[in-house]
Amino acid sequence: MDIFVICLLTIGLFFFFGGAVGIIRMPGFYTRLHPAGILDTMGILVMVVALAIYNLHQLTFESVLLTIKILLIVFFVFLSSPTATHSIVDAGMRAGLRYWTKKKEKE
Amino acid sequence: MTVSTRSPGQNSCKQTSGYLKSFFPFLITFFIMFLSWIVLSGKFEPLLLWLGGISSFFVSYYFYDLIFPDFKLKYFTVFFRFVRYIPWILFEILKANFHLLYIAFHPRLKEIIDPQIVIFKTNLKSDIAITTLANSITLTPGTITVSANSDGVFKVHALDRQTAEALPGVMLEKVAKIFGEKI
Amino acid sequence: MTDFFLWIALGLCILMFCPLYRVMFGPTVLDRLVGVNAIGSKTVVLLLLIGFIYKRIDMFVDIALAYAFLNFIAVLAASRYFHKRKGLYEESFLD
Repeated sequence: MDIFVICLLTIGLFFFFGGAVGIIRMPGFYTRLHPAGILDTMGILVMVVALAIYNLHQLTFESVLLTIKILLIVFFVFLSSPTATHSIVDAGMRAGLRYWTKKKEKE
Repeated sequence: MTVSTRSPGQNSCKQTSGYLKSFFPFLITFFIMFLSWIVLSGKFEPLLLWLGGISSFFVSYYFYDLIFPDFKLKYFTVFFRFVRYIPWILFEILKANFHLLYIAFHPRLKEIIDPQIVIFKTNLKSDIAITTLANSITLTPGTITVSANSDGVFKVHALDRQTAEALPGVMLEKVAKIFGEKI
Repeated sequence: MTDFFLWIALGLCILMFCPLYRVMFGPTVLDRLVGVNAIGSKTVVLLLLIGFIYKRIDMFVDIALAYAFLNFIAVLAASRYFHKRKGLYEESFLD
């Protein structure tokens, strides 16, 4: 069981690492949003589920309630993260930010 | 609003049916609120349970029409179809995440990606179907919904050509099937 | 197991420097906002890990939940605020 939790936590850390690298390397604002908004959501999903499984070690009523509470975080993040990403994109579009394309490189 | 033309008998009849209609959303909202109170507090003393019951009663009394605007049996089937949709979308997210990881670690990153904006029109009518589709598109990496209005016109920013061509695709069919709408 | 949690928390703290770079040197204001959002989503997991390390998870899970709410509302409010900001178009030529 512990090994399973360790594997999930490492995978989540890897997702976070990919997101961080993507934020630094991507050109342009809109492309940067893709790794920032979505790989981080995946990282949160994997890591929080791993912690919820670890919390179920001693199977009492209180720990089950705590696990439900931890899974509530996942539910909320899955609702809020696309909304936050969409609102940032919307702000950029309304302010008239250009988006990075390949043609700009060739000119 | 003018209601003077109606006869009083008709009016009261409509009101009783309205009360009956709003009772079931009230009950469901009360149930959800009380359940979340129990989960978030985690204590079972009688005083705390009473406080939770009173506060969730007031919330569901004033906001009963927020979650379910009216009571239809259709919502149950929609709910079960939505639950069946969740594993598919999770698998789709996982598959697309590895694609995005591949792009992020690729040494020649600026040659692979080709950002573009795709505009497509759907025939979805209800707000919740449009919201579900927009959030699903945003959660699938490589595509972000820029704007979606109530006419069903979506504006999507896609990261590379492969994800742009896959739009709207299977996801639209699944969402339309959940909420019982034509594509 | 606590040691392993400690190492994971340390790794998350190190990973936070990448979005911090974006927050400090990002060409536009919205780039900084993206960085802040990324740091916030890492902090939720970090709070849960701290709760497991100190064995007070019943307390820290509430803090993590409240932090997730606050992060969401802060990003939403800031992005609404920058709707009307002029000069973003010129700033986007900087990179």
